Amino acid sequence: MQTRHLLSDHPAARRGSPSRRAFLKVSALAGGGLLLQAALPAAARAALAAASTPAFVRIAPDGIVTIMAKNPEIGQGIKTMLPMLIAEELDVDWDSVRIEQAMLDAAKYGRQFAGGSMATPLNWDPLRRVGAAGRQMLVAAAAETWSVPESECRTSSGTVYHTLSGRSLTYGALATKAATLPAPDLNTVKLKDPRDFKIVRRSLRSVDNPSIVTGKPLFGIDVAVPGMLYAVLEKCPVFGGKLVRANIDAIKALPGVRDAFVVKGGADPKGLVDGVAIVAETWWTANKARESLEVAWDEGPGAAQSSGGFAAGAAALGKQAPAKSLRADGDAKSALAGAAHVVEAAYSYPFLPHMTLEPQNCTAQVHDGKAELWAPTQNPAPGAKLVASTLGIAESDVIVHMTRCGGGFGRRLLSDFMAEAAWIAKTVGAPVKLLWNRQDDVRHDFYRPAGFHFFKGGLDAAGKLVAFSDHFVTFGNGDRIADSAGMDSSEFPAGLVEHLDYGLSMLPLSVPTGPLRAPRSNALAFVFQSFIDELAHAAGQDPLAFRLALLGPETRVLPGSADPKNPLRAFDTGRMRGVLELVAEKSSWGKRALPKGTAQGVAFYFSHLGYFAEVVQATVARSGSVKVDKIWVAGDAGSQIINPLNAENQVQGAALDGIGEALGQAITIEGGRVVEANFDAILPLRIDQAPPVEVHFLTTDHPPTGLGEPALPPVVPALCNAIFAATGKRIRKLPIDPAEIKWT
Amino acid sequence: MTYTIEVNGVKRTVDVDGDMPLLWVLRDVLDLKGSKFGCGTGLCGACTVHLDGEAVRSCQTPVSSVGPTAVTTIEGIGATPVGKRVQAAWLEVDVPQCGYCQAGQIMSATALLAKTARPTDQDIDAAMTGNVCRCATYTRIRTAIKKAAGMNTADAGAL
Repeated sequence: MQTRHLLSDHPAARRGSPSRRAFLKVSALAGGGLLLQAALPAAARAALAAASTPAFVRIAPDGIVTIMAKNPEIGQGIKTMLPMLIAEELDVDWDSVRIEQAMLDAAKYGRQFAGGSMATPLNWDPLRRVGAAGRQMLVAAAAETWSVPESECRTSSGTVYHTLSGRSLTYGALATKAATLPAPDLNTVKLKDPRDFKIVRRSLRSVDNPSIVTGKPLFGIDVAVPGMLYAVLEKCPVFGGKLVRANIDAIKALPGVRDAFVVKGGADPKGLVDGVAIVAETWWTANKARESLEVAWDEGPGAAQSSGGFAAGAAALGKQAPAKSLRADGDAKSALAGAAHVVEAAYSYPFLPHMTLEPQNCTAQVHDGKAELWAPTQNPAPGAKLVASTLGIAESDVIVHMTRCGGGFGRRLLSDFMAEAAWIAKTVGAPVKLLWNRQDDVRHDFYRPAGFHFFKGGLDAAGKLVAFSDHFVTFGNGDRIADSAGMDSSEFPAGLVEHLDYGLSMLPLSVPTGPLRAPRSNALAFVFQSFIDELAHAAGQDPLAFRLALLGPETRVLPGSADPKNPLRAFDTGRMRGVLELVAEKSSWGKRALPKGTAQGVAFYFSHLGYFAEVVQATVARSGSVKVDKIWVAGDAGSQIINPLNAENQVQGAALDGIGEALGQAITIEGGRVVEANFDAILPLRIDQAPPVEVHFLTTDHPPTGLGEPALPPVVPALCNAIFAATGKRIRKLPIDPAEIKWT
Repeated sequence: MTYTIEVNGVKRTVDVDGDMPLLWVLRDVLDLKGSKFGCGTGLCGACTVHLDGEAVRSCQTPVSSVGPTAVTTIEGIGATPVGKRVQAAWLEVDVPQCGYCQAGQIMSATALLAKTARPTDQDIDAAMTGNVCRCATYTRIRTAIKKAAGMNTADAGAL
């Protein structure tokens, strides 16, 4: 990857300038052309509580339109999709669009992050307005040139036409003049009728693919800076451990090693922690030197923690009343006592790693109180802030280049690797690329938290669900729930069962946790949609029909507890019914004659503003080995599927990701450390395990929402429910253990 | 110690330890960044290159063992007719998500098709199971391999 040094001339120097308040900034480009820069006012934002969304467009005299891709690309396709929104309303041909990756520049672009499947809902409206404003200015420039009313002009494919006189001018020819005109009000610019869309809804290929298939350097690990050295960082295997001593001198004496030193960090794993840095002329040399490294650690109190201990602690807590009530509707205790049939079940799921295929890495150089970083990050702004506080410099003196990320899945929302690279580079006094090996990556993650659920469900004589309770045993320290370890009081079926109790207790935890693709939902879907399935079978009802009955025939909108005023966060039973009916139809639910050992399972889940219902067909061999035969997905992500080609890819990947988690993934804690180290112990899904995934979208009259995450959660219970239907064995603990589902 | 290896048709001389894996010679010495580091133990396939047309894991191949065999990397595979077809199929099908594993996938797929012009699904499983795609683009990888082989892909996924 070619890199440029920008320490002396970078927009970071302008951060906090009055441009943050600018409404729409227009300027002429040197050499002609139009530069369109917008910082949208609060009023133009979507109904979602998040940052504004400025954008940046350049129109050159030759008509080539360059659009900055403002957000990090982690494989979700955003580098292609966000510019599509601008290009659509600007009314240019996609072939004339060039896309450039933006750097971190909050003043220009607002929040730049990849998380929560939020890019679509946050940018759908604002970025189209940017394009529409540009179009309006080009029309105004043409009208002025021809002395005709703007209303007589129309645009198409990057050209303004005056039909009455038969005249036309290209955007390239108009750009310089347009740059001198006043900027329109973004709130009132006219947007296209969706029926006239030419780019939105078109299947467009990802813009970086030609570089990917030919092996061009794109990723953080590919960055090369002149004079760069390579570093590894050995950290305490026990979370929270402190370094006592290390054989630094022996390491320094190894051939090819340029430096080795102790890093003294703090107690927060999100920042710099204790370790030994080894810097060498090649990364392989630095990593190999670790074989000679001898470190004495003070492992601290974390060493007492283990997965077995957590399970025992949860089992004990599960027998008691929850420490805290999350929700109490009606009188669940009495209703359960009076129910015709009560089902009780205990569920659990393990810690999970992210295992991005590109291990965590970052390249940094620090001099004269300024830091420049090349980071595969999902969240560059907090990364810059962490680097600034770690080095004791101003945030405005931190420059972040966002590289393409070799997977994210939430791992790169944390910025620990950026702080480490910056610290090592500062200490060495040369540019340094810090690269973790796979063992570092598996053992120093921010894991999807494990969890334990103790359910009771009560059915009346007709098989209707009348009482429901969950005691969720999760993790936390003091009153504070661990990151991504919580549950909303609105969790389904809350609001749909008359008597319902949700309560929570916590176990103390030294293991760092964090968001993993569809955080919380990726675990809660498994337990709730599996237990609902148990209740359906106990009621003697078809699991899909039982779910439809729970949703009810009339549409209800149940407010989300985390964000009750946001209509998009509310659970719309009609939208869920829609995708459930669609997936039933597409999978021929209940209509297939399947051999013994083969069955379908169904589940649905609402997360990240998306409604997804999925059917898995699986075959369980007598030995208990599981083969997933096919997955049907029905999703409702609003009124537009912006790029169908990528949307399908995301949904297929999310569903298969969930299958991989269920079949082969768990992080085990022993002695306060992670047991697993590589892909022989923590198993990513492989091609021979990956079934076809048939994807169907139901478009509904709601704002478009994101697709990076919401297809993942329901696939896990759909698989487990299929296994039950095939074998009569209920999966109440992940990952699936073939020994538990043998049948004869 | 110096080693002369042929990479993408060009002889290159490097002065490195003999046990340095070919992957790191390619990436950090010869500045060919297309082959990727994923696991360091031959478990993920991101580092796959060809030695005389055979797909190998370059992270498990000491440079001293390469000898006179011809090394082909993702940067050079487009010069072979099969490699070119595979790259074109990858683009047509729009396989990548993050893209990090795809160099290795393309190298394994090209080695497969060079030997087996019309692979069955079982052939594809056998040849590709060592290549992890963490984004799980497996459906499209399978389709792209069949497209590159000129096979019908219309019935994929029927059940």
